[in-house]
Amino acid sequence: MLARLNLALLALLAPALAVAGDAISATEKQPLNLHAIGMFVLFVSMTLGITYWAAGRTKSTADFYTAGGGITGFQNGLAIAGDYMSAATLLGLTALVYTKGVDGYIYMIAFFAGWPIILFLMAERLRNLGKFTFADITSYRLNQNRVRTMAAVSSLTVVCFYLVAQMVGAGQLIKLLFGLDYNIALFVVGALMMVYVTFGGMVATTWVQIIKACMLLVGGTLVAILAMSQFDFSFDKMMGQAVSLHSLGEKLLFPGTLIPDPITALSLGLGLMFGTAGLPHILMRFFTVTNAKEARKSVLYASGFVAYFFNVILLMGFAAIIIVGQNPEFFEGGQVGGKIIGGGNMIAMHLAKAVGGNLLLGFLSAVAFATILAVVSGLALAGAAAISHDIYARVIRKGKSTETEELRVSRFASVGLGLVAIVLGIAFEKMNVAFMVALAFGIAASANFPVLILSMYWKGLTTRGAIIGGYSGLIAAVLLVVLSKSVWVTVLGNAQAIFPYDQPALFSMPLAFLLTYIFSKLDNSAEGNAERAMFDDQYVRAQTGFGASEASSH
Amino acid sequence: MSSSSSQIAVYARIRRNPRFTELVAKRQGFATLLSVIVLVIFYGFFMVVAFNPSVIGKRLSEGSYLTVGIAAELFMFIFFWLLTAFYVKRANGEFDAMTTEIIRDASKEVK
Repeated sequence: MLARLNLALLALLAPALAVAGDAISATEKQPLNLHAIGMFVLFVSMTLGITYWAAGRTKSTADFYTAGGGITGFQNGLAIAGDYMSAATLLGLTALVYTKGVDGYIYMIAFFAGWPIILFLMAERLRNLGKFTFADITSYRLNQNRVRTMAAVSSLTVVCFYLVAQMVGAGQLIKLLFGLDYNIALFVVGALMMVYVTFGGMVATTWVQIIKACMLLVGGTLVAILAMSQFDFSFDKMMGQAVSLHSLGEKLLFPGTLIPDPITALSLGLGLMFGTAGLPHILMRFFTVTNAKEARKSVLYASGFVAYFFNVILLMGFAAIIIVGQNPEFFEGGQVGGKIIGGGNMIAMHLAKAVGGNLLLGFLSAVAFATILAVVSGLALAGAAAISHDIYARVIRKGKSTETEELRVSRFASVGLGLVAIVLGIAFEKMNVAFMVALAFGIAASANFPVLILSMYWKGLTTRGAIIGGYSGLIAAVLLVVLSKSVWVTVLGNAQAIFPYDQPALFSMPLAFLLTYIFSKLDNSAEGNAERAMFDDQYVRAQTGFGASEASSH
Repeated sequence: MSSSSSQIAVYARIRRNPRFTELVAKRQGFATLLSVIVLVIFYGFFMVVAFNPSVIGKRLSEGSYLTVGIAAELFMFIFFWLLTAFYVKRANGEFDAMTTEIIRDASKEVK
């Protein structure tokens, strides 16, 4: 069955590559990058091989959702780092440092600082209480139907926005790097993702993530070392040249346009920090390890890799100011200071070419493609789990479905999500999708995180409070993003934004907390009291791990 | 999610064990302390970015491009990660040993 599928996939790839050749000869803008294609094919065959192996091991729902809970802390740490370092991180943040200097670094610390907090406040409780999805935790003592439905709705919203943002980025990137047509690129990404997730479940997704994280770390390090060697590995020497050459000059060292006012700074800090703690595909990774010990180790390794990589990106961005920014080869019409070929997101790629030639460019292109594939797979799996485990098995079938039935639904859901991703990716091709990531983080911080953290820490939480608070956070986050500049002005074409900030978290997250608190307090129903009474046992399990779901053995 | 009656009995015993109270107080205190350190430094830094951005670009010494902002962020990346390592070491060692002991005692009594 799988061999046949491999063939089908090859058939799908072959014409795509042929088309790529045509497109390239037609425009002559994108030279056919054989290194990139070669390395990408190598990556795909390796991951398909892993998927084939993983498919044989994916028999139960536990295998599918959490790889049987048998992933080690180190492996999971790499996979989490892989989930967290998307192509947007590599390309976007390098470009951010290149254009805005230290602003990019400030962004990165906000992305990073959520990790220690997740470890101190959440990691072991997540592992001790959860099974497959974070809704297992929020609905542990609350009303299964309503709380699970809400968690699934907000998870799917986050997953869809994040997925579309990745797909649109993927299409444009692959078009640039490989010369593939946008639509074909989306089909390739969507098809591979469906194969990984549908057949290999969490086992395959994890390994794709691990391989990709290693490639990313190696690729980034190589580029940064080669770039730094041009400045005798002296940070001062590089910075001196960067400051004297960049149009911003000394302003490169100061916070600038990205963080124009205190409210934006705070909202950004909150949104990125607590958004991370509410992303369903990240939370799900905590259920793949054996126990709380390994869950803690996962965060240690993941945050180490992320911190390291962000600093590598800082060096890449500054080095690119001199190496790429002064080289006419990378500007349209050879005009230094004009428009960068392929747009700002290509800075990291140009840098790779400048310091390591076509071979390194090829490698980094393959890394970028692999990164997209891995991240969309993780997202699709989290979305599929929300549909099959939360909505189908628990809400619709009330826990009476068999494993085979649930597994079948989860596979259909993966395929369905893949199709949705392709269709929406095509629909949003021409749109600026930057707001979608802000939205995903905003919803995660405002709808998922407050209910999740209160369910673990606060005895007084009841279903009524959770439902009202969670949905308010969700609606507020969506509304504020729609009214902000990135949708109201950029997408809808109005003159002035009604909500003046980009990140909604500073407003929507406290609202969710406040309403959850008030309506839980006001809840005097028998149901509410029963839920409070159940907290004590949940608390012991959260603290000790006694009764926690264990790794299934094969 | 329902627990079996023997599980519920164990939970009750664990709750009555003073060692459990001690574990929770110790670990929660430690985690809270570390969280507060991270949050204060992080939001303190963001406050400087927001209200006094000119400090961020100040050089630490004449002729060097190591600015207050870059140095502070590099410090945060390293220091926060060290705190993570510190927590993992203590939680996986001292606290987990206590946990194992507490569960063993409670399960023994029930059987």
